[in-house]
Order: sequence, then C-alpha cells, then structure tokens
Amino acid sequence: MNLFCIGLSHHTANVATREQFAGGATAESIVREAGCTEALLLSTCNRVEVYAVSQRRISTDRIARCLMSKMDTDPHDYAPPFYRYEAEKCVQHLFRVASALDSMVVGESEILGQAKKAYESAKTSGAVGPYLHRLFQRAFRVAKQVRTHTDIARGAVSVGSVAVDLAQRIFGKLSDCKVLVLGAGETSERTARALISRGVSDLRVSNRSTDRAVELAQAVSGRAVSFDEWAPQCREIDILITSTASKTPLLTPEKLAPMLRERLDRPLFIIDIAVPRDVDPGVNELEGVYLYDIDSLQSVAEQSLALRRQQVAAAESIIAEHVTDFVDSISRGLHPASQTAELASLAKNSLRASEM
Amino acid sequence: MDRYLLIISTLCFLAAILHTVIELRAGVFRPMRFNFFAVGLGFIFQTAFLSVRGHELGRCPLTNLFEVFIFLAWSVAAIYMLVGPAYRLSLMGAFTAPLVVLLQGFALLAPIDIRHPVKVPAAPWLEFHASISLVAYGAFALACIAGVMYLVQERQLKTHRLHSIFYHLPPLTDLFAAITRLLWWGFALYTLGIVSGFFTGHPLPRVQVGAAVGVWLLYAAILQGRHLRWLAPKRVAALCIIGFSAALTLLWGITFTAQMHPLP
Repeated sequence: MNLFCIGLSHHTANVATREQFAGGATAESIVREAGCTEALLLSTCNRVEVYAVSQRRISTDRIARCLMSKMDTDPHDYAPPFYRYEAEKCVQHLFRVASALDSMVVGESEILGQAKKAYESAKTSGAVGPYLHRLFQRAFRVAKQVRTHTDIARGAVSVGSVAVDLAQRIFGKLSDCKVLVLGAGETSERTARALISRGVSDLRVSNRSTDRAVELAQAVSGRAVSFDEWAPQCREIDILITSTASKTPLLTPEKLAPMLRERLDRPLFIIDIAVPRDVDPGVNELEGVYLYDIDSLQSVAEQSLALRRQQVAAAESIIAEHVTDFVDSISRGLHPASQTAELASLAKNSLRASEM
Repeated sequence: MDRYLLIISTLCFLAAILHTVIELRAGVFRPMRFNFFAVGLGFIFQTAFLSVRGHELGRCPLTNLFEVFIFLAWSVAAIYMLVGPAYRLSLMGAFTAPLVVLLQGFALLAPIDIRHPVKVPAAPWLEFHASISLVAYGAFALACIAGVMYLVQERQLKTHRLHSIFYHLPPLTDLFAAITRLLWWGFALYTLGIVSGFFTGHPLPRVQVGAAVGVWLLYAAILQGRHLRWLAPKRVAALCIIGFSAALTLLWGITFTAQMHPLP
C-alpha cells in the first residue's frame, strides 16, 4: 500500500505553471484514470496537490497528466516542478499544509477551510476511503491544535485587518463604537466594511463630494455628514478613518486637542490611509489618541508576520508528535494481522521526497 | 510547621512566574489554565497557613509584620481569583504572581516573624479593622497591577511596536473598566476599615490616622478625577501605582509602629 502526495505550490511553481494544472481534474477522475485506491485533490490559488493511496506505485508523470487542464500539452514541455512525498513524509506535509505552515502567509486560516472542502468533495464522490479519511481527520485535529497552542495565527497581516485588529485591542467590543469615514475612497470603504463585519453599527461618512458620501453611507447602512461638519464629530466618535486627497493635513494637534477635553476618558483611534497624510503625526502625541498611518499599519502587519514565523518551531514539534503517532496508529489499526509486513512498509517505507 | 505551607504556596506562585517567563520567551503564551491553577493552588496553601496560624493564636493572624504581609498576599490572590476570570484578565495572574512572591518571599526571608511574648487577646473590632483594611489593600494592589498592564498596552499602541504580550493583554477599555471597579471596591473597603478603626476601643496614634486619611484622600481624588473626567485613563493607571506604593509604605509604618509600641 502506498500513501503519497504529488503536487506543486507557490514554493515550486509560478502562477502560470500552477494554472496549467488547476481545474482539470477531480478526485474521482484521478482515482479512475491513475488507478489509485483513494484520492483527494486539494486545489487552491497557491497549490495543486493530490493525496492518494494505491496498491502499486504510480508515477508522478501519470498524476501530472491527470491534472492537466489542457489535454494538448505534454507535462514534460513545462518541466513543472512537482514534488512527491511518500508515507511518513506525506503525512507530515499534509499536517504542515493544514496548519498553514506551508502557506504563503504563514498561519492564515483559509487553507484549513479549503482542505475541509476538498475532503468533503472527495468524500461525496466516493474517492476517499479509510486511509485518507483517517489522514485528513487527523490533519484537521493537528491544525486546530497548532492554532490553539501556538501564536501561529496571532495578529493581522494585511493593512485592513491590522486596523480592525487594533480597534479591537483598544475598544474590545466594537458594537458600541462610533466610526467616521472621512473620504469615501476604496480602501476606507473596505476598512469600514471590515469594522461593520465586527459589529460596528454607528457609521458616519463625510466626503468633499456629498453625493459620494451619501452613496457610500447608503451602501454601508451609515449616515452622511457634511464635509464642513466632520471635525466636530471628533468629540463623539471612537474611530476615524481618513483617506482624502487633501494636500495638507486636515487634522492637527491644535485642532483636535480642545475637542479631546470633552472625551478624556475615551480613546480615539485614527487610521490615516491617505497619502499625503490627512492627519499631522503630532496628533499621536495627544493623550488617548492612537494614530496609525499606512506605514505604521504595514509595520504592524510585518511584526505580526515575524511573530508568526517565530512560532513555526513550536508548531513543527506538535506536528512531529502527531506524525509519529499517526503512522503508528495507522499501522496498527487499519490492517489485519496478516498484513503486518505491508503496514510496516507504509510506515517505514520510503521517506523519499522526490522531485521531478 | 506552618511555614512549610507558606513555602509550598510561594513555590506555586513561583511556578506561575516561571511558566509565564518560559512561555513568553518561546513566544507562546497561554496563561489561562496553568496560571489560574498555580495561583489557585498557592491560594489554598496560603489559606491553610492562615487557618493554622489563626487557630494557634486564637484570633485573626495579624499580630506581626510577617502575618500582615502574608494576609496581604492572600488578599491579592483572593481578589485575583474573584476578579481575574470575571473580567477576562487571565494575564493578571502572570502579573499578580510576582507581587505575591515578593511579599511572601520577603516575609519568609526577613526576620520579622516575631511572636508576642504573651498571647494577644482577641479583639473583634481591631481584627475586623485590620483584616478589612488588608483586603482593601489587596484590591488596590490588583488595581496597581491592572494599571501596569494598562501602561504596557498603551505604550505599545502609542509606539506602534507590538510584542507577543500585546495579543494576550485585554483591550484598553476593558482594563480601564477593571481598574475603576477595583478602585471602587478598594475604596469602599478601605473606608470601612478606617471607620471601624474608631470602634477598636484603643487610642489611635495621630500620625497613623493622618497617614491613613491621606491615602484615603489620594484614592478619593483619583476616583473623583476619574468620575469628573479630569484625569485621562493613562494618568489614572499611573496614579494607581503611586497610590498603592503610598498605601504599602503606610502599612509598613503602621505595622512597624505597632510592633515597637504594642497595644495593651
């Protein structure tokens, strides 16, 4: 019995190569065409991978042909950098993929959902049998444990999510927060929508063009505020998102300081995503004001990413324990006593990871 | 014999600190279970110590500086057990444990466990006054710890440099709400402690009364400033640290004076 994984990812192939092998096959067609006992196809924007079990060895070429989206092209023409992991290495690779250690953004949460979807799809088509069922169930468990017991998923890694994350670190629940969007640009709209998705219900929009303000306010179930009246709003609001095209700062310490006296016990979080900046950096020196411009948001995102990378070793050790345990358990559990030798071959056999 | 209970208790709190340090160094921090368990266990041993000592003395064990420090450490742990989980301030355990270890460590190492040559008779009002005041000190200690946490979090947000601990600290507004509640609890208990002091039947030294009223006024001013929005949260947090330092100095003074000039 052979358990193996053949695939290509952002580590080994560019998007042009990856797209040649995406969408051309299903788990069922791989079982049928390649002669596998079980198969599962994990296809995302960053990877195309086949996890399979077979009685005899199936070549990488054969799987590559099954994956080809255009039948008129020979996989050799591309020399696609497929990787191949077998037995224990295959188990380890899947656990790393599900735990987002192999992802472009380490610790991202999407891959686990995509793996679950791929599993469900293969299961529904009957391509998944007892081996892959146990393997993937364990992979989901490992991924959950890695996320719970390490900081691999901590912190936001995109500018928009950093802003929302910071807002939650300041205010806790966002449902009581009042938000003013100054400048109805695309980025501020995205950030505002992200805040709404986290519970913000009081959202105000102000723009030089009143029509655009009204349009955005309607789109996000907020209310439009005249551009001449945005500044006094700082007495009430908790979060200010600015992205106007103003050449000079709209908000200065001199302008904001008197308004802060009336709201001394409440923090004010300012997200300035405009270039040139809408808010004078000196505003951050005011008590209770937390100003983040595009560079500082980017810097926080990078810090989070660095923090996640520090967690890889801890995650790897969790995975290593599970790999050993899984290989042992599958050797014991799935095979009758008469097939012990065969099991041992699955467990011990071929720690090869060959590349084509 | 009872000191062993205290040593075990101190080791439990020490375990909480070591766990925090190791986890923080590894960049992985899950304070909830281990710290709460360690502090909880330490609290049980503290309680056992106070119970044994209380039975031995036949009164509330607040007869010397050693016992006062242990009772204060017990109050801090007790209030953490009540406040920590309720306000999702699990990390407070990591900040509480060092304070408790400091108090208990000093009490164990310094030669301050001086037994009275004669058995001190039970005095219900005096015991009530002393114990309730110490529980108030426990609340002020926790407010001080929450203040430190607030300043740490605030500093990171201001400077845009977020460390691993940032993601484990509660949001600023939650911390400030906890500080306010702890201040009110501490203030109410401290007021009760001061008032009950007048019913002890003993003449109260003017300096002690003056200092106690001074600490009371300081906390009253913090709360008033908070209530009227004269003080920004950062200043309230900083004042909590100053206030507790003043309160601790006063406690030291009172206990020291009491040992030098014991009441009849």
